[in-house]
Amino acid sequence: MNSDRWLLPDGIEELLPPQAAELDRLRRMLLDLFQRWGYELVMPPLVEYLDSLLTGTGNDLDIQTFKLTDQASGRLLGVRADMTPQVARIDAHRLAGREGPVRLCYHGTVLNTRGDGLGGSRSFTQIGAELYGHAGVESDSEMLCLMLETLQAAGVKTVFIDLGHVGIFRALSRAAGLDEPRESQLFDALQRKAVPEIEALLDAWRLAGDVGARLKELAWLNGGVEVLTRARQCLGDDAAIVAALDQLEGLAELVGRQRPEVPLHFDLAELRGYHYHTGVVFAAYVPGQGRAIAQGGRYDDIGKVFGRARPATGFSANLNGLMRLAGVTVAAGRGIFAPACEDVALQAAQAEKIMELRASGERVVAGLPGQSGGAAEAGCDRVLVAVDGQWVIQNSNSKGEQ
Amino acid sequence: MSESNNNALVIALSKGRIFKETLPLLAHAGIEPVDDPESSRKLILDTSRDDVKLLILRATDVPTFVQYGAADLGVAGKDVLMEHGGEGLYEPVDLNIARCKLMTAGRVGDSGANGRRLRVATKFVNCTRRFFAARGEQVEIIKLYGSMELAPLVGLADRIVDVVDTGNTLRANGLEPLEHIADISSRLIVNKASMKMKHAPVKAVIDDIAEAVKRQG
Repeated sequence: MNSDRWLLPDGIEELLPPQAAELDRLRRMLLDLFQRWGYELVMPPLVEYLDSLLTGTGNDLDIQTFKLTDQASGRLLGVRADMTPQVARIDAHRLAGREGPVRLCYHGTVLNTRGDGLGGSRSFTQIGAELYGHAGVESDSEMLCLMLETLQAAGVKTVFIDLGHVGIFRALSRAAGLDEPRESQLFDALQRKAVPEIEALLDAWRLAGDVGARLKELAWLNGGVEVLTRARQCLGDDAAIVAALDQLEGLAELVGRQRPEVPLHFDLAELRGYHYHTGVVFAAYVPGQGRAIAQGGRYDDIGKVFGRARPATGFSANLNGLMRLAGVTVAAGRGIFAPACEDVALQAAQAEKIMELRASGERVVAGLPGQSGGAAEAGCDRVLVAVDGQWVIQNSNSKGEQ
Repeated sequence: MSESNNNALVIALSKGRIFKETLPLLAHAGIEPVDDPESSRKLILDTSRDDVKLLILRATDVPTFVQYGAADLGVAGKDVLMEHGGEGLYEPVDLNIARCKLMTAGRVGDSGANGRRLRVATKFVNCTRRFFAARGEQVEIIKLYGSMELAPLVGLADRIVDVVDTGNTLRANGLEPLEHIADISSRLIVNKASMKMKHAPVKAVIDDIAEAVKRQG
């Protein structure tokens, strides 16, 4: 009975050694990286009022958010499923006195009601950075480059970048005069690049002019940078579309200059976070992973409801996912084992030696009287031995330490 | 497997009708299996192209393998895709093969549930719920894995939802097709990440196959 009492809920994981240490090493390293780029750390709360948590974020995040009732106020609380809206709120409201660009970074556990598919994880450490107060491609480029730097620092190799722009579909949808149900039908088919369905929908709707033909082109507008040239030819001269293509081209040029080795792929039908993003969207892919490992984009004016509409761009990544990709690199088995000492005369000297070694940065594991196992079990490669009343470090395997 | 060679392609297929009808389309892309899956026990088949391998799976597993990137491309029936949800997949080409209809069926002359909730036996649980919900009808769904036709005969269900080709199995069991839910045919499906990272080889296969479909008319 109760033999499954140890089971954790589906998609909820805990980290054990050495993964826990590795995750924290990554976290510290990345926060240091953000700090060097001028990003200030913020720590948004684990729960907040649902209406503020979900402001401007659309239905997807609502479904992903765990809810509970605040017994003090009677209001509904949400456990954050994504920290980006929280950080946007902080910029718009709490830091409203700051003019000019504000750079913020964050990390924390987020909880999702539904697994993210692969591995089905519902709880993970999100890490990310956001830049408020600048609307040009220069800030998008900074964000994208910081994301690349983040992945590189985390030990992720061979990254592919996918670039899109939600403004293009939005402009075409507006030109076609699509109402909400139709837009969402087309959006859904477009996300699956289900060309036969897209054509059937557009043919059935009999849209005026050539906007149907232009929407049909969208599903095939993916590939290398030549896609932008093709898009200029077949998407027409709608000012919003031209501006979007200009932004993508500008961004590709800036990023290409800084990181020429990173392959850029364009997909003008990629509308991840369509209801939330307002401009360029980007995501990082690596071989062998069926989904993006980090993503971001522009989401201007989300702070409007909090009293300050500001241009905004940012990116975030699942730190647990990055760790799994990079593998554990925490040096295993480094350390000094100090066996319990029975000899009172030597005890004080040993304690002093241990303190000295720890102060110098060594990992020292103190043995306890009567314990089983030695250096190997404590994950140590060396051992502290008394030689002529002096404590010296010896290689544990040369001594055949048990 | 897809990690070993960055541009190697893995294509997931299911045995039987889909496999047979996909072969001519693949051949147009220069891909021909070295072994016959009906006689071979291998689950990974080599092909005439060094850079292309075929995975032989259960039909319902094809979208899952492609979604998670274990295969770059696959061929799956629209029925399976509708049931799976199609998340994380592109389905750019209708292959026009393995055509049939997803339908409701019941005993000849049977009027339904007479006031109580309709019981529907099916393996397409999600499609069935969506179809009846769209008509404003709440039904009780009984998940079965096969021999759906039996359910109305033994009183397990009032209706079934299943793919219907000729309708012969239905008629042989005293059932008749009732409502049409969707036209089904097989689709070429593509993993989203593969489409981005292996764009040139993936796009080439998609184009070749789309051309072969067009040629078959």
